Amino acid sequence: MKKILRDSGHLIRLAGVFALGIAIFLLVRRAIVPPSFGQYGHYRGAVLEEMRARPVKYAGHELCEACHESVATAKNPGKHANVGCEACHGALAAHTEDPSGVKPVLPNVATLCVSCHEADSAKPAHFPQVISKEHAGDTSCTACHNPHHPKPGS
Amino acid sequence: MDLSRRDLLESFSKFIILSGAARVGMESLCGAAPSAEADKYKMADHWWSMTIDISKCIGCGNCVRACAEENDVPEGHFRTWVERYFVQDADMEHPEVDSPNGAKNGFPALNRPAGKSYFVPKLCNHCADSPCVQACPVGATFDTVDGVVLVDEKYCVGCSYCVQACPYGCRYIHPTKHTADKCTLCYHRITKGLTTACCEACPTGSRKLADLKNPKDPVHEFLRVNNVQVLKPQMATRAKVFYKDLDGAVR
Repeated sequence: MKKILRDSGHLIRLAGVFALGIAIFLLVRRAIVPPSFGQYGHYRGAVLEEMRARPVKYAGHELCEACHESVATAKNPGKHANVGCEACHGALAAHTEDPSGVKPVLPNVATLCVSCHEADSAKPAHFPQVISKEHAGDTSCTACHNPHHPKPGS
Repeated sequence: MDLSRRDLLESFSKFIILSGAARVGMESLCGAAPSAEADKYKMADHWWSMTIDISKCIGCGNCVRACAEENDVPEGHFRTWVERYFVQDADMEHPEVDSPNGAKNGFPALNRPAGKSYFVPKLCNHCADSPCVQACPVGATFDTVDGVVLVDEKYCVGCSYCVQACPYGCRYIHPTKHTADKCTLCYHRITKGLTTACCEACPTGSRKLADLKNPKDPVHEFLRVNNVQVLKPQMATRAKVFYKDLDGAVR
């Protein structure tokens, strides 16, 4: 028995070295691989929560309409019924969180209306478009059109 | 103890069946119990995509501006942009394409009725078989369970292999973070029940966020009724941005 132990001593020492190596590998891996890695796939699972936590800047028209119901009602029968509030008024999640502190600025109609309605042969033919200089000259769009219900005289 | 082979097999199979039944019973019990996370977003219930109706796009650039505002996209880089195509008669191989500053300030008016012209909004196609995910050497770019391709900026080493791998040119290296950046399909919004910033800002409803796993989503009718294409189908990326009335000249 003693002889066997003595003869196989080099094997036991070698096994010890291997065991130590594996233990170090496991410790290092534990230290450097994030715990959520592999939770859903070959990536850090926690990144999904981090991304979801980012702040929203566009509140969404449903939230706007919760307070400004009258505007939504006025818009409904017109051509702009399906244009979201923030398409013209800009990102206003800050206003929904602090309605009195953050006041939206009225958009500049001189540049806003033409950004959609200036004539361009690439635009769909059915889309209402004008050459603004010929259509109105220097007159403001809002002199004739109400942006929430753009048909003149309505 | 005197056990025949038959007895042994019998008791063994009984054990297997009974323990299986017990597990099923336990699962149904636990499943029936009210869950505290009932209203939490469940990734497995969604498979996000987008539909774009070319015949509605007016090239106003609202989507580009909204995306930049919502996601702090650095100036000169784009997570979404709009291209204007002009095709002269039968010369489909050589369309003239312009996209000044990604259409962030719209387009200068074009008056060329002699050919065919139209706008093509572009963004990450959130491919189900994304070349970018396959190219990433560190596991920083990945497909989520709900079908969105994302970048972990803490893991990205900025090698830009993915930028080269994307056949649609949808990625860029962020100038200050030095990591790959791209459209997240507004992951922070869609997981809260909102639509993306570009869809919210699109005045004509040309872009629509779509959930392919939701049987009530209008995307199913959209795909069934219309002529729909994805970009570069020959790349076999299983792109998930579906274009209605896309012209053959679009690259």
